[in-house]
Amino acid sequence: MSTTAPDIARPSGGLRTRVSAFLYRRRFVKLLLLLAPPLGWIVVVYLAALAVLLFTSLWIEDELSGRIIHTLTLDNFRELWNQPVYRTITKNTVVMAIAVTVTDALLAFPLAYYMVRMASRRMRALLFIGVLMPLWSSYLIKAYTWRLITSQDGPINWALGKVGVGPVDIAFSYLAMWLAFSYLWLPYMVLPVYAALERVPSSFLEASADLGGRAWITFRKVIWPLALPGIAAGSIFTFSLTLGDYVVPDLVGGNNHDFIGNVIFRFQGVAQNVPFAAAFACVPVVIVTIYLALMKRLGAFEAL
Amino acid sequence: MEPRPVRIAIRTGAVVTMLFLYLPLVVIALNAFGASKIPTWPVSNFSTHWFRLAWGDQFARDALVNSVTVGLRAAGLALVLGTCIAFALSRFRFFGQNAVSLLFVLPIALPGIVTGMSLLSAIEYLDIKPSLWTVVAGHATFCIVVVYNNAVARLRRSSASFEEASMDLGADGWQTFRHVTLPNLSTALVAGGLLAFALSFDEIVVTLFTAGSQQTLPLWMYEQFKLPNQAPEANAVAVFVIALTALPVYFAQRLMRDTGGIGGR
Repeated sequence: MSTTAPDIARPSGGLRTRVSAFLYRRRFVKLLLLLAPPLGWIVVVYLAALAVLLFTSLWIEDELSGRIIHTLTLDNFRELWNQPVYRTITKNTVVMAIAVTVTDALLAFPLAYYMVRMASRRMRALLFIGVLMPLWSSYLIKAYTWRLITSQDGPINWALGKVGVGPVDIAFSYLAMWLAFSYLWLPYMVLPVYAALERVPSSFLEASADLGGRAWITFRKVIWPLALPGIAAGSIFTFSLTLGDYVVPDLVGGNNHDFIGNVIFRFQGVAQNVPFAAAFACVPVVIVTIYLALMKRLGAFEAL
Repeated sequence: MEPRPVRIAIRTGAVVTMLFLYLPLVVIALNAFGASKIPTWPVSNFSTHWFRLAWGDQFARDALVNSVTVGLRAAGLALVLGTCIAFALSRFRFFGQNAVSLLFVLPIALPGIVTGMSLLSAIEYLDIKPSLWTVVAGHATFCIVVVYNNAVARLRRSSASFEEASMDLGADGWQTFRHVTLPNLSTALVAGGLLAFALSFDEIVVTLFTAGSQQTLPLWMYEQFKLPNQAPEANAVAVFVIALTALPVYFAQRLMRDTGGIGGR
């Protein structure tokens, strides 16, 4: 045996063999060795940082010296709760996240359906790459380009002018941001919906038709319930990414459209009030946690 | 078979969505070749002026080098950590398994601003000097899941019996890993590594919170977009970057084709 595969079967009894035999017998040790580096990393770099965030949010900044006072207080959260402006910002951000999620679901569904049920194999592969590519091309330039597209003399008004419709003033507006967000996160919705629809066996649809189900009934009773986990999975990305973004409010929204993201960014940067920024950063954590719990019930985690 | 009007509606919807995805990319490309200092539409005079300008820009070059450095380090770290966790979660059953897998999804499930703000709080609290390494730490954290997704998809498909057979034939643990497990996993790891690199290369949200004085390419671009009259150069750089990241993503996609596509970001 050792002569036919000299590379693999070396004489046994060396240190390596003993180590390997030890690990084979004690799978627990092997598991521990595998778990320790990644778990250590995520605990030290990520969870510990989240914990520091939480503590920082409970500290306050001394207004005169600008130094952080390390005493625990709920002052930052009280401020967030009592000032109507922060509630408005939070509400606007959440409404935008929901609008973008719904838009992307509406746009993604026909494309995903076409890819799964109607396109040829070749076409499907082409579209799959086609959806994937924009996802990986510079996020920053895509956001910035929506500022140009929606500008007064940009492509939208140019196209509208060609068909004789007067120019629309959508530069630096919620509408412009809605378009930009829907554009940026669309591939995140298409891919899970595609995956969910692909798992629907065509025999289910035939069975429904055989039993007299018309197209609408088949859609409502068979396709929709099976596609829902995919939409829920995609919505985690569209919702969460909108909630925490500050590049689009900054580049596309201009000066008068504050979202959670760019307010946090301003507080830690220009205002140098890190504790307050940390407190505001806890808001999307709570909202996303609630959202994740809701989506879990729709089966999103199985479709991720 | 769907009724004809439904088929037409779906086809139309699919075309609309694809146009929505690609028309802005056309605008980006046209703008990059526009000669005007202020972006105008339609683009009338074409030139490669901005590409030449960007090519000679030392700040852009430094930023590119920094981005590649960060991307390689982050992808390297993510490869090691992501492979470990993929093995632990797919080849073992243990208490708290679901909690552990959730832990690694968390950095991409929570908004980037939360990750960024957390790392910033920690950097301030521990009085760490922000550098490329703090950027790498942030990037590696959310890149782990990309490698994990690719590796785990392959591991689930391949049975552990190959490894057992190798051991039965007298190979020790290292030889089995080197000659059986790794070759089976290699393309998935290459794909995961490429995607992790592409993800790091394009990242801005977490980077802005963790970077020191050394800029990455997205940071440089962001600065240009906010300055008056600097956007066209950044636009040209972006087109160059898109071309550059398209390659690794395309190859990653090809490598993972037999495993049913690559995992999300």
